[in-house]
Amino acid sequence: MTIVGFTGDEAIAYAVKQSKVDVVAAYPITPQTIIVERFSKYVADGETQTEYVCVESEHSALSACIGSSLTGARVFTATSSQGLALMHEMLYIASGLRCPIVMAVANRALSAPINIHGDHSDMMGSRDSGWVQIYVENAQEAYDWTIQAFKLAEAKDVQLPVSINLDGFILSHLLEGVDVLEDAAVSQFLQTRTPLFMMDPDKPITVGALCLPDYYFEFKRQQVESMLNVPKMLHSVNKEYQSITGRNYGVLETFGMEDAEAAILCLGSTAGTARVVARKLRERGKKVGVIKLWLYRPFPTADIIAATKHLKALAVFDKAVSFGAPYGALCSDVISALHSLSERPKVFNVVYGLGGRDIEPSDIESIFNEALKTAETGIVKEPVLFLGVRE
Amino acid sequence: MTSENKPGWKSLPMGAVVLEPGSSLKYKTGDWRAFRPFVKTEKCVNCLLCWIYCPDSAIVRREKWVEVNYDYCKGCGICSKECPKEAISMVEEQK
Repeated sequence: MTIVGFTGDEAIAYAVKQSKVDVVAAYPITPQTIIVERFSKYVADGETQTEYVCVESEHSALSACIGSSLTGARVFTATSSQGLALMHEMLYIASGLRCPIVMAVANRALSAPINIHGDHSDMMGSRDSGWVQIYVENAQEAYDWTIQAFKLAEAKDVQLPVSINLDGFILSHLLEGVDVLEDAAVSQFLQTRTPLFMMDPDKPITVGALCLPDYYFEFKRQQVESMLNVPKMLHSVNKEYQSITGRNYGVLETFGMEDAEAAILCLGSTAGTARVVARKLRERGKKVGVIKLWLYRPFPTADIIAATKHLKALAVFDKAVSFGAPYGALCSDVISALHSLSERPKVFNVVYGLGGRDIEPSDIESIFNEALKTAETGIVKEPVLFLGVRE
Repeated sequence: MTSENKPGWKSLPMGAVVLEPGSSLKYKTGDWRAFRPFVKTEKCVNCLLCWIYCPDSAIVRREKWVEVNYDYCKGCGICSKECPKEAISMVEEQK
């Protein structure tokens, strides 16, 4: 066991180095993360053989990644906020061309007004782009999921790009102890990528051909199927990773859900705070629990149904706003997932933390109390709460 | 538009990749056509202006007149417009 002091960004850069990535293409200036900055140091110091391509925009960064991936290379990039927004067009091309790229996204707010702090607006705006989306809670998870992401993305029945989402600043810049693997263990776990097809001058293929109404639909249906294959493949990746690390991952993680009547469901670092509060409330005899999703796309419907089976009230936390929609994106998905059940918990939505507004244990406690009240009365007082905003 | 006779999603290669080089001839674009050029061979003087102008190279040269390759002709009507002898008329496709 080797514990290293890493920020979330540094943990990912180290995992990428150990994953023997062939190509990293990135735009190095704001809103870039320290991930590629640290990785460029590894390249400059000769610690890795990776081809490091500095490009002039995030649109070009992902374009270069797509081109590289199509030659059969293992590819990584990182971005954040406006950078992800500029990549938007290429996100769909990466998934449509079945490029198993892994990208870290330090989730941050979108302009305007300009704000550099953490919320989920960037990735939530790209949730239908065909990328597998994983949200991490701390630097250890950022490290572990990055290594696992390559194996998942490159699996024969998946062949899809994967994003590792970490809360901007809260995780990207916070120093924590991270238990890292030996290089050899990572190499053994990942092996070399085996592409299903690749661009090769000796065996030419056409990539990105025009697909009109008579073919396009079929390829989108293929992507749907590959997304549906993710949970099964993820399970086997998680099990294998557990066998070398002892750390157990899955599509979601629960706390206190065995007897909880009221619970909070959230993504990322908020889960840590929610768990601390839940533990305190449980000591006082309150039946509360926490559900944290690691996997957001594909949405783990069956696991959420199983986790909320005996629950009476559920508060779903959205760290992004979906203007004009009945709920935030995550809450809409949860409600859809539970819709077909005859007995389901009362669900309400908590929109919080926009532009990096801090969420404190007392905020979470107030929501647990609201959820407990909802569990008792069976009545949702307000379907969407904006937590911590000034009136 | 389900395009019968075409392969379904289960058998198509992943990522819309075309694995066979030089296979575009197999993609017949003739079914895009709404109007079909009809050559009145008795009027055609074989000047080949239509052959020059056709953007799809779908005019086929014969000894005394031209023919149209309906597998690839998209029915744009340029041949009919350019023909100095009004030998090509556009007839609506019956579908």
